[in-house]
Amino acid sequence: MLIEANQIEKSFGTGEARRTVLSGVSLSLAPGETLALTGESGSGKSTLLNILGALEPADGGDLRIAGTDLAGLGDTARARLRRDRIGLVFQQFNLVPSLTVAGNLSLQARLAGRQDTEWERHLAGRLGLTDHLTRYPDQLSGGQQQRVAIGRALASRPALVLADEPTGNLDEETADRVMTLLTDLAAESGSGLVMATHSERHAARLARRAHLTLGQLR
Amino acid sequence: MIRAALLTLLSHWRRHPGQLAALLLGLVMATALFSAVQAINAEARASYASASARLGAGALPSISGPGGGPVPVETYAALRRAGWPVTPVIEGALQAGDERVRLLGIEPLTAPGDMLPAGATESDGLDLISGASLVLAAPDVADAARSLSGIDEVRELGSLPPGEIVADISVAARLLDAGTSVSRLLLTGPAPGPLGEAAPGLILSRPTTGDDLARLTDSFHLNLTAFGLLAFAVGLFIVHGTLSLAFEQRRAMLRTLRALGLPLRTALTLMLAETLALALVAGASGVAAGYLVAGVLLPDVAATLGGLYGAEVPGTLAFRPGWALGGLALAGLGTSLAAASGLAGLARMPLLQGAVPRAWVRGGTGALAVQAAAGGLLMLCGFVAVQWGQSLMAGFVFLGGLLLGAALILPAALALILAGARRLARGPVAEWFWADTGLQARGLSLAMMALLLAVAANVGVSTMVGSFRQTFTGWLDQRLAAELYVEAETGAEATRLAAWLEGRADAVLPIRSAEAVLGGAPGAISGVVDDPTYRENWPLLADTPGAWDRLAAGEAALVNEQLARRTGLSVGDPVALGSDWSLPIAGIYSDYGNPSGEAMVSLALLEARRPGAVTGLRFGVRTAEPEALAAALREFGLPPSRITRQEEIKAASLRIFERTFAVTGALGVLTLGVAGFAILTGLLTLATMRLPQLAPVWALGLGRRRLAILELLRAALLAGITFVLALPLGLALAWALLAVVNVAAFGWRLPMDIFPGQWLWLLASTLAAALIAAAIPARKLWTAPPARLLATFSAER
Repeated sequence: MLIEANQIEKSFGTGEARRTVLSGVSLSLAPGETLALTGESGSGKSTLLNILGALEPADGGDLRIAGTDLAGLGDTARARLRRDRIGLVFQQFNLVPSLTVAGNLSLQARLAGRQDTEWERHLAGRLGLTDHLTRYPDQLSGGQQQRVAIGRALASRPALVLADEPTGNLDEETADRVMTLLTDLAAESGSGLVMATHSERHAARLARRAHLTLGQLR
Repeated sequence: MIRAALLTLLSHWRRHPGQLAALLLGLVMATALFSAVQAINAEARASYASASARLGAGALPSISGPGGGPVPVETYAALRRAGWPVTPVIEGALQAGDERVRLLGIEPLTAPGDMLPAGATESDGLDLISGASLVLAAPDVADAARSLSGIDEVRELGSLPPGEIVADISVAARLLDAGTSVSRLLLTGPAPGPLGEAAPGLILSRPTTGDDLARLTDSFHLNLTAFGLLAFAVGLFIVHGTLSLAFEQRRAMLRTLRALGLPLRTALTLMLAETLALALVAGASGVAAGYLVAGVLLPDVAATLGGLYGAEVPGTLAFRPGWALGGLALAGLGTSLAAASGLAGLARMPLLQGAVPRAWVRGGTGALAVQAAAGGLLMLCGFVAVQWGQSLMAGFVFLGGLLLGAALILPAALALILAGARRLARGPVAEWFWADTGLQARGLSLAMMALLLAVAANVGVSTMVGSFRQTFTGWLDQRLAAELYVEAETGAEATRLAAWLEGRADAVLPIRSAEAVLGGAPGAISGVVDDPTYRENWPLLADTPGAWDRLAAGEAALVNEQLARRTGLSVGDPVALGSDWSLPIAGIYSDYGNPSGEAMVSLALLEARRPGAVTGLRFGVRTAEPEALAAALREFGLPPSRITRQEEIKAASLRIFERTFAVTGALGVLTLGVAGFAILTGLLTLATMRLPQLAPVWALGLGRRRLAILELLRAALLAGITFVLALPLGLALAWALLAVVNVAAFGWRLPMDIFPGQWLWLLASTLAAALIAAAIPARKLWTAPPARLLATFSAER
């Protein structure tokens, strides 16, 4: 399995201010499979994605990503796992403002040491970015920036793509286009995809759906 | 991975070349000023070492004729026959081509081995006496030496002090027309008995060494180093500000890189390596620039050292790896220190924390209070140090504590002043202006700290120099009362000259003295005749009634300020003038520029108490017609070089004075320039981040032109407030320089005068620096297209 998560627990704060965000969450994902993660704001979708993306540790439970057990992994090992196996798409794009579109597209692949210029060129073409490769992020629209972020996540052909409300900042029409590109390209690269979204329509386009309510999967 | 990460980190500089230029220029300027000072110091110290090594002559006791005159060759021969280990020296100045050179004649056969100039070989020594007319010459006068008559060969010797040539004593005697005398004898071993018995009338003098010179000039070099460090500190404010901003702006980039799989440790290591590489590049450029600055300043420093201490330093600079490496090391260390807080902040930043730049958050109320408290503590340490001791080190601890403490307190002081102004403001624009100025002041606090230090240093140094100039000019006017100063060549000529002057001059004032140990250190006792000139013109800092009468009667002595301070003696106390001779102190006189203790007694008494030890062939001559008397003296047979008019000495002294402080003046201006640059870089780097703060005000109806003018006003206002706060700090600095550092370094204290005219000039310079610095970002704002301002709203989405 690509993701094997059992009884994941996560809380924030201490004492009376302690708030449980995830309580006994278990899920699995096969290679190449797609999963929509839905739920109200504050239901724990982003926290679960952060834990699956090795961005922060869980308080309890077992988690294996692409065969790697995350229990007890240090910062460097977690970084290596993200670099080599996971592609992340953020709602706020998080592009590097001082790199061009081309630089941003290839960044993670270069960090992982497996840049594939043919694949990048293909991605740029599919994402409609070929004419914008020498531009900087602040010269792009929101939709274009999100397309760059998707390209960056897929450029290293990761086993798993995690997307946290990737269309949250886009208008409906643009969001639809971005959504199509994300699912199609993930399929092309053979990556599994977990996407957090508020949109029922977008959730319906993925193979499976998991709904989070008050920190528990329904 | 490393390459991709490094290229990504470096891409920040490509997108922000101004920031990179500010960082590099700040570091270049800081290193340049520090390196320049170090280069000058290294050159001067090498010259002292060279002077000390030269012939080992300064380290040997010296025997001279009566009155300090020459020693007949027969006397030398008699001393040798009596077993005295002496070697003769002939020295003098002569014209060689267009150059005035100093010629030193030695006798290699009797001179000990270490008397040969450093770098000279044994064969050089043998060749000197081989019969051929060979001279060893310093490189700067080698060509001139070749023009001397009868010289067959000139060998250049880099270790010789500038302007000096060395020859065999027979060659020197011929060139200087010395006749049958030598200038002096050097005692190369233990004396076999009392000199008075072997050769009555000769005077044995203690050695003076290059090390003495180094000690004397240490305080001067310490002052220069302190100024260099201050300039470096001011430069570091630029580096710290720019680096901090760069780190803040790259928080988002770092977060993204980490999310994409770059380990934190690798990221921090790369950023540290990047910082050090920048330090290396800028440090090397700074060292090169420092070399150029030192080359420009060195002639003035050489003149200073020559004028104040008689130290010979060449006016040209040699590259010495020591100061260059020191400059590089300091650049690396300084940059690392400046980067430390930024890197520590990044290291603590959680991976998922919002990466909004926090530059505007810096210096929150709590942080300002802690910083101000640390500043207060530093100032307290300085005050405690100066209360405990009046040493040079205490003086510098006080200065360091005062300056750094004040710099740390400044942001809190600015915040208080601006908060007060905000409370008094009426109307929405005024209220917004003061509140926004308070916000801007936090972002510019480092630049303002740099400005505070630069203005304070300029006020302090200009006050010190101005006080010194005023006092020194007045002192010269009083002290150089005689219209003419003449010098005889021999004791016999001095007697003849004095007799000739009787009746032709209004008064003849012999300038005579004897070496003595005063207060446990080498000094001199001068003897004066009873003449109204002294009573009317000699400035006394403290005296008893009838001081000059008591001195003339041989009942009391006057001492200089240096001796009084060093020994703790005051008027009325007895001062020991010899093992069996002491006199009460009738007065204390100022004696600027003299590093040694000195006492003054009646000439008759001095000659009676120290027969044979009194030297001096000079006279001060009072006359109503100095031109006519000078002409008559030339007819008497005194060469023009031995007749000096009062105004010539004054002019020469003031010229030396001005050159002495030309260096500190230049360093002061450069430091102010660096501070001006700090404001410019601060404003420029913050300009982009200012836009989101100004855009809402623009949207509410304040035009871009008005906003730009308010930006200029704001910069001038901040600089003006900082200037006002720097004034008392600068005056405290001047007080410390005059009352603590000067006293500890030179042994005399100057009255402190203030010069408000100079402050106005400095205020104008400060405001100009701030306005020029603010003009560029203000112009950008003025011409910013509305779309750019609107873009800040969409970015906030």
